[in-house]
Amino acid sequence: MSPELINMIASSTLDTLVMVALAGIFGTLAGLPLGIFLATSRAGELFPAPNVNRLIGLVVNATRSTPFIILVVAIVPLTRLIAGTSIGTSAAVVPLTIAATPFIARVIEGAIREVDQGLVEAARAFGASPLQIVWKVLLPEAMPAVTLALTLATVSLIGYSAMVGAVGGGGLGDLGIRYGYQRFMPEVMATVVAVLICLVQGVQSLGDFISRRLDKRTRKS
Amino acid sequence: MNAPVSKPTGVPVPVLDQQGPAIISFDGVSKIFPPRKDSAEVKAVDNIDLVVPEGAIVGVIGKSGAGKSTLIRLINGLEHPTSGKVTVDGLDIGSLDERSLRQARRSIGMIFQHFNLLSSRTAFDNIALPLEIAGTPRKAIPGIVEPLLEMVGLADKRDRYPAELSGGQKQRVGIARALATKPKVLLSDEATSALDPETTAQIIVLLKQINAELNLTILFITHEMSVVKKLAQRVAVMEGGRIIEQGTTYEIFSKPQHATTKRFVGEVTGGNVPEWLQTKLLADYAPGRQAVIRIAFTGADADEPVLSRLTRAYGVDFNIMHGQIEYVADHPFGTLIASVAAQPDLQAKLIADLTSTRNTVEHLGYVA
Repeated sequence: MSPELINMIASSTLDTLVMVALAGIFGTLAGLPLGIFLATSRAGELFPAPNVNRLIGLVVNATRSTPFIILVVAIVPLTRLIAGTSIGTSAAVVPLTIAATPFIARVIEGAIREVDQGLVEAARAFGASPLQIVWKVLLPEAMPAVTLALTLATVSLIGYSAMVGAVGGGGLGDLGIRYGYQRFMPEVMATVVAVLICLVQGVQSLGDFISRRLDKRTRKS
Repeated sequence: MNAPVSKPTGVPVPVLDQQGPAIISFDGVSKIFPPRKDSAEVKAVDNIDLVVPEGAIVGVIGKSGAGKSTLIRLINGLEHPTSGKVTVDGLDIGSLDERSLRQARRSIGMIFQHFNLLSSRTAFDNIALPLEIAGTPRKAIPGIVEPLLEMVGLADKRDRYPAELSGGQKQRVGIARALATKPKVLLSDEATSALDPETTAQIIVLLKQINAELNLTILFITHEMSVVKKLAQRVAVMEGGRIIEQGTTYEIFSKPQHATTKRFVGEVTGGNVPEWLQTKLLADYAPGRQAVIRIAFTGADADEPVLSRLTRAYGVDFNIMHGQIEYVADHPFGTLIASVAAQPDLQAKLIADLTSTRNTVEHLGYVA
């Protein structure tokens, strides 16, 4: 492989990392509150708003059931509005964030719903307000599961990021399609796949490690 | 001693003779859960009157579904009464808005069957949680938490997570946590039901010690009469959302009125007829059959040699089939099931004689 190609792989890897990181951060910023809301707003829960809950649930489901590649094309006007352009790495962050947000919201909802309701009752019995229950009980107790959920979301984002190449998004997927497939350079394709595998592996291991460190539910030592 | 009070339902329930001023009182409290699609309306608590004197330890016993969990949750406003009034330390709990209710809950501690400790916090931090919630300054927290750890005997487990503690230790953390905001009342929701008998006994000792040292009123619910026997000064028996009987622990044990109460009391006093005897019991007298009687020895008569006196007076022999002696509120309390060979007229005389000595006698049937 020429040094030129190696450079391209390196810069594509960087592009992928930037896209995934930004979409992950924005997706978490939006998805975390949404997930908390979804997990606490059914009838009889901390912030009961069953109708809003259903509505948001509907939007989340609709977004999640739209195939990513269609989502990317469908929201081009929005992407242009936010990123100023509809092609390139920074533009790709917009559809990635929009795809990641409902996914993150759902997995975080699941993580929070796993928390023992007895703890919520205990906190209420001590005079905790609903917000205090979220901050002092639900989030800390759900943290190991939230970490795993965010790891899962990041891995999915790495997969999605390979698709934004279709709209000039850049990154490893784009490189693999253009060089590996269209110019028929199997060594590029193989390298791209290898780098993606390593990324996913690295993210998963890191997530598992952090989650284990946070999890005090089992006796260690 | 206890004036019977007619309730609207027509069931006479003796009122607890008050010792101190009431700290918790229920006035005609009902809690009805509305019907759901898969179940009819549930009257969990049905027109209850109950008074808990300050500094007392009161037990509420009932089977699961009797409404005792709802009853205890009405006290700290986790449930709101459908009708009636729950008063705690002068506050009408049902009338408070959310903010005042949260404030009021800080003076009502609660411990739970499954401890409900945060797995992500150490023993210290779990005890600190109610203080953080109450907005206690960070610097002041160790000064409150450390003595509590000391009191429950867990100073050396300060930095352990719940997963590293035994059930009894977890409940001790739960108790310390409930005491952190210096409550006037401690509610115990089946706090010993998940513990083995030995640990249960230790927790009971701890609760009694806290009651005595801090003059903390304790109201606990349980389905175990053995816990009532060791811990409660007063008992209320619940069934179907109602309090069917209440009184001092000794009264309830010595003179249970209601069938359910008798069954609960029998669990610990051996008053329940053992199964082998039940299968042998016959309803009618026939020549050669022996009468089976159950005698509950209570109070001053508990140490009287009743049977040997009867043996001498009537020339009959008693065959002891089953028996147990317990101490309830420091009074001896025994139950004996015995059979006696006697004609029906002599049996009647024996029973009349036994009944005249303040003991509770019951003719169970005959054995061949």
